[in-house]
Amino acid sequence: MSADTLSAFVDNAERHHATVHRVEPDAVAGTVAELVDPPAVGVELPWEFDLPESVATDPTPAELDAANTGVTAAGLGIADYGSLVLESDAAGSEAISLFPERHVAVLRAADVVPGMREAFGTLGDRLRAGAGAVLATGPSATADMGELVIGAHGPRAVDVVLVDDGGERADTLAADGGGGDE
Amino acid sequence: MSRSDSREATANRIEHLLDTEGDAVAENTRGFNRGRYESTDELDDYESLKSEARAIKEDAVERLPELIDELRDSVEANGGHLYVADDAADANEYVREVVDGGSVVKSKSMTTEELELNDALRADGARVTETDLGEWVLQLADEEPSHIVGPAIHKSREGIAELFRERFDPDDPPETAEELTRFAREKLLSEIRDADVGVTGANFLTADSGTMALVTSEGNARKTAVVPDTHVAVAGVEKVIPTVEDLAPFVELIGRSGTGQDVTSYVSLFTPPTPSPPVEFGEARGASAERTESAEPDEPMAEPGTAAGDGATEPHPDREFHLVLVDNGRRSMREDDDLRETLYCIRCGACSNSCGNFQSVGGHAFGGETYSGGIAAGWEAGIEGLDTADEFNDLCTGCTRCVPACPVEIDIPWINTAVRDRINRSAEPGEFDHLVDGLVPDEESTGLDPAKRLFGNFETLARLGSATVPVSNWAADLGPVRAAMDRWLGVARDRELPSFERETLVDWFAARGGPRVPEGMARREAVIYPDVYTNHVAVGRGRAAVRTLEALGVRVRVPESAAVGSGRAPLSQGMVETARRSAERCRDVLLPEIEAGRDVVVIEPSDLAAFDREYERLLPTADAERIADGSYELLEYVFGLLDNGADPEGLTAGDGEAVAYHAHCQQRTLGLEAHTVAVLERLGYGVTTSETECCGMAGSFGYKSEYYELSMDVGEPLADQFGDAARVLASGTSCTDQLDALLDGSTEHPIEAIAPPEP
Repeated sequence: MSADTLSAFVDNAERHHATVHRVEPDAVAGTVAELVDPPAVGVELPWEFDLPESVATDPTPAELDAANTGVTAAGLGIADYGSLVLESDAAGSEAISLFPERHVAVLRAADVVPGMREAFGTLGDRLRAGAGAVLATGPSATADMGELVIGAHGPRAVDVVLVDDGGERADTLAADGGGGDE
Repeated sequence: MSRSDSREATANRIEHLLDTEGDAVAENTRGFNRGRYESTDELDDYESLKSEARAIKEDAVERLPELIDELRDSVEANGGHLYVADDAADANEYVREVVDGGSVVKSKSMTTEELELNDALRADGARVTETDLGEWVLQLADEEPSHIVGPAIHKSREGIAELFRERFDPDDPPETAEELTRFAREKLLSEIRDADVGVTGANFLTADSGTMALVTSEGNARKTAVVPDTHVAVAGVEKVIPTVEDLAPFVELIGRSGTGQDVTSYVSLFTPPTPSPPVEFGEARGASAERTESAEPDEPMAEPGTAAGDGATEPHPDREFHLVLVDNGRRSMREDDDLRETLYCIRCGACSNSCGNFQSVGGHAFGGETYSGGIAAGWEAGIEGLDTADEFNDLCTGCTRCVPACPVEIDIPWINTAVRDRINRSAEPGEFDHLVDGLVPDEESTGLDPAKRLFGNFETLARLGSATVPVSNWAADLGPVRAAMDRWLGVARDRELPSFERETLVDWFAARGGPRVPEGMARREAVIYPDVYTNHVAVGRGRAAVRTLEALGVRVRVPESAAVGSGRAPLSQGMVETARRSAERCRDVLLPEIEAGRDVVVIEPSDLAAFDREYERLLPTADAERIADGSYELLEYVFGLLDNGADPEGLTAGDGEAVAYHAHCQQRTLGLEAHTVAVLERLGYGVTTSETECCGMAGSFGYKSEYYELSMDVGEPLADQFGDAARVLASGTSCTDQLDALLDGSTEHPIEAIAPPEP
């Protein structure tokens, strides 16, 4: 992924009130540990990076209810908007990214695409295979109470741990034969 | 109710809304509208994205039956159910069976408002809670949405705080927007936790995958779809598009067009039933016994060791999904040449936010049973019928400011015109119709409202007016005459009426001795179209146009034969057949001029807009195109002459004089504001342009008794902006009249500023 695309991603994510932390692969666990506001629940990442001990995986509904932070993977980043593509899965990533006040998303630099067009190009085959996802841009918000409020039903704060792993985009969203073409 | 009583009722209703909701609606919609301009400016390919979105919708509606079949296959292959409901009762019956009296949480859905689904479910004893904060506020207040995107924009923060105090009597009453949001979030979370069924709408449905896109910001739709194990999505049949890839332009356009956000916080792309495990929090207060018993809040949601991405393409075994596609009149709209475009609507709210009248009164006046804003005429006529559309259709003045704002390029003013025409034709004859009988041709039905007849045939009135000056002007100014006009014809008493000139522009030009630039010396040859208003009322600007063009070396003619109405006036009253006759007469005189190599120069922007925008609907395409190509707005024409080397020496330069300029709404839609500004600047004027979409007069609208107050309210921002201006210029006649009324001054056409002095 080009440096311009990555810096556009960072700028646009921050414009939408997310905070981006660029880290090397070996710093993922440490950075996540610093970011979480305990108690934290999370989903095991699909890559070689581990989550810190302080993040409880395989959470129960009661743990989810009590959690202040949810940690999940993000399958894609969209540079033009600073958006994350969060796939739904059997592990409960959707709920874990949604209920706690703070969402910490781990995103690999190689998975950042330039724009909507590329994102939907990748999503097409995934969704046709039955997958679902949410394009999430910044924290939840509402203007229904008389002025803009950050933090409505969903998280109030979003941190993106952007991992500069130097790798090529691999199989994050391409398990069923889809995948990007760049 | 007699017509004058019904006018008074309308005026009272509008005045009440202006007082109670107008300020909140104005602040919100104008904020959204400014956001739209800023946000769409960031897109390099804005126009092509709109055209792409339009093409996708045209294709999808054209192929709707086959796309519904494909969508059904996709949904069923995923393990869900698809039901096509013929009407509201059918849809409600299906959802009632699924819900079976259980507890329901809903995310915002205009389609379920249309169905009145909540009432149907409650009749079975179901507990139904809206989870969108705005919808929830309205549910608590028992009010209707005032905007299709921001349903509670008419409520102030203070009003919401008071509502919460009344309904919940909390120990520590929330006051700030932040506190109100927290309070609502907690209240609604307990409803979501206990719900048996989540009901959502869908912004788009992709036939190839069975995916539904939901465009939201609060996160309530995600919770609604993921917490209960049963998800019901309700959407109009027109929401189906062919493929996932087709979503891209819509996702880029919908937030920008609606609220001015480049993208909303969440665009959910559910392909239900989803793989996400339902979240069973337990402690179910309002939930069914079954759900309480099955809840295991201390067991992991997923099989231990499940990693991100696992099972992502498999539906969770406990989940159930029902997609209810609603017809309710839509398949008939698809067969209807005038209403079909309505089905392309993506419900972004841009036509509401860009509309001067909507900004002042909101959807409680400018709306029907469910839908509001410009596009509502199409939805309400198609779904509810003409009677419902008739209640608010007048509020579309045809200013066309929604046209460039619409992300799918719907000609919303035309839909309103077509609906108005149908309303006119379905009306019963009235008691005072004989007063205007002479003014209306045979094409229109006898039930047409007298005010519409009067304004729709201003041409005849103007001819009579000039012929009988000064008696016509004296008579029109007499108190008893104005009272009678107000009562019987619905002409607002407070409006100054146009004052007719005895010598028309055509007569003046003939008396002067015809063209003054000799044929051999002419840079170009042009015909100035003597529109009704310039010819009979604002003759000065016509004379200024002649002097200006002659000074720039154009051989100008103002032929008497061309002094025929363009059809704009009848069109604005929905008198489509009368407008067609006018268009044909106009074509018969203008086409030979164009074919003889003469340019047609148009002073009144609304007439040029008729040539450019509406003639394609009234005349054979080839004729309409030739007229549109051969005609120019006056200052656009001057711009072209100067740009091609004409010498501005003989014109009146500005020498730095400051002028405030309000371009006509339809002129701006045609992209012709910039030409006037450029000419004025080139001649040394310092130009401030207005930031208002429309002055509020909008042709005859502001003359109508029942809309006078609204018209003046719409003009208020313009009065604020131009209040201190020493010299005010406006291109449209109705804008000129409105600015004169608002500013108590005398507004000129830009041509009167730059024309050589009268000899």
